[in-house]
Amino acid sequence: MEIPALDDASLSAIWLTLKLASITTVLLLLLGTPIAWWLARTRSRLKGPIGAVVALPLVLPPSVLGFYLLVAMGPNGPVGQLTQTLGLGVLPFTFAGLVVGSVFYSMPFVVQPLQNAFEAIGERPLEAAATLRAGPLDTFFTVVLPLARPGFVTASILGFAHTVGEFGVVLMIGGNIPEKTRVLSVQIYDHVEALEYAQAHWLAGGMLLFSFLVLLVLYASPLRQGWRG
Amino acid sequence: MNMLNRTRMTLFAALAALTPLIGHADEIQVAVASNFTAPMRVITEQFERDTGHKVLLSFGSTGKLYAQIRNGAPFAILLAADEQIPIRLEDEGLGVAGSRFTYAIGTLVLWSANEGYVDDQGKVLTHQAYRHLAIANPKTAPYGAAAMATLTKLGLADLVTGKLVQGENIAQTHQFVASGNAELGFVALSQVIESGEIRQGSGWVVPATYHPPIRQDALLLTKGRDNPAAHALLDYLRSAKATEVINAYGYGR
Repeated sequence: MEIPALDDASLSAIWLTLKLASITTVLLLLLGTPIAWWLARTRSRLKGPIGAVVALPLVLPPSVLGFYLLVAMGPNGPVGQLTQTLGLGVLPFTFAGLVVGSVFYSMPFVVQPLQNAFEAIGERPLEAAATLRAGPLDTFFTVVLPLARPGFVTASILGFAHTVGEFGVVLMIGGNIPEKTRVLSVQIYDHVEALEYAQAHWLAGGMLLFSFLVLLVLYASPLRQGWRG
Repeated sequence: MNMLNRTRMTLFAALAALTPLIGHADEIQVAVASNFTAPMRVITEQFERDTGHKVLLSFGSTGKLYAQIRNGAPFAILLAADEQIPIRLEDEGLGVAGSRFTYAIGTLVLWSANEGYVDDQGKVLTHQAYRHLAIANPKTAPYGAAAMATLTKLGLADLVTGKLVQGENIAQTHQFVASGNAELGFVALSQVIESGEIRQGSGWVVPATYHPPIRQDALLLTKGRDNPAAHALLDYLRSAKATEVINAYGYGR
């Protein structure tokens, strides 16, 4: 095969995708940790509904999520009204909009591994910490976080990889703007539509390889076992 | 003769009477460019009623439909948004040679969901501080290419570069504008017209001289070569009845 491969448009799509996935992952770790901790520890009746809402993107087609985000974040939607009042404008067709969409879309891939890790710790280490007069925050940072480390590794990798693989939501709220919302999956789709199959092959093949390597690292990682054993 | 047998006889007779109809009714799958969605639904309904054939419609951008056809999609007919793709399919032997014809000539409109936003000369493009101007992807959608040609002709191509958002096809472009996320956009007149008037919002019908004509060609695909329903539908598209519908949606012929 000839190598028309990585032109500027493709490079910028790759860079944009990595940026989107990184920012989304960091935000999801910050947001997802308290949610997962709460889900793991609570006896509240709200545990079921909240857990279900977090898991929704696992079963919803991206078209549903994308459609509601487009309408809600649009100038006439509730989120759009809010962002306009705050002087932020509206989110569709912006990079920030993609970040918001991705946070929703990849939420379960971060929260669920964290929740599992927190639940696996059990009561005993926390009780031990309490008898040593550690406060809740102290306990969380010195006991829970180290013990839940495999969960954080899994959550980060899955959140990142899932965002890289996002397509439907971006297509619906992105507007295909170079360097702002044209991520890799959309770029591939564009190439296929424009019958540029050679370029599509390069990017699609790269994506396949990347995804395989990520999962390989995840499944072969010693961090995934150990630590607790 | 007992009751059950009599019922069976009646059923059998009814089925026998229906057989000629069933024998003639064929089913076809037709690939249709998104901009022609609304008129094609109407035409198909009339066609099914008049002939008894059954038509399954798939809508999408012409480029995507092309890729699907090349990879074995079971379509009997393609109603494209341009003439290049049908010509290409004809050359590649995926279409029946000589079956291609222009079924409609598309009309481009600059449209906004807001009343009074677009004036009847398109001055809004330079006079208003809009954030987003939606067009269909010019690389893959003929209406997008026509929109770019129009902007170039008006000398605005550079001015609006930072404001352009692209829909994957003309249907998504319309959705961007209809939801208010883009203040205005270039869409197909057929998407916003109802009985000769722009149904909602405001629009400027772009003069046909501003861009190369959007000739939309139909092609009989090799998978439909021997299907009577496919031939019947192509004939029907040329009929006065279909022409009336096509014109009512703002297309030329």
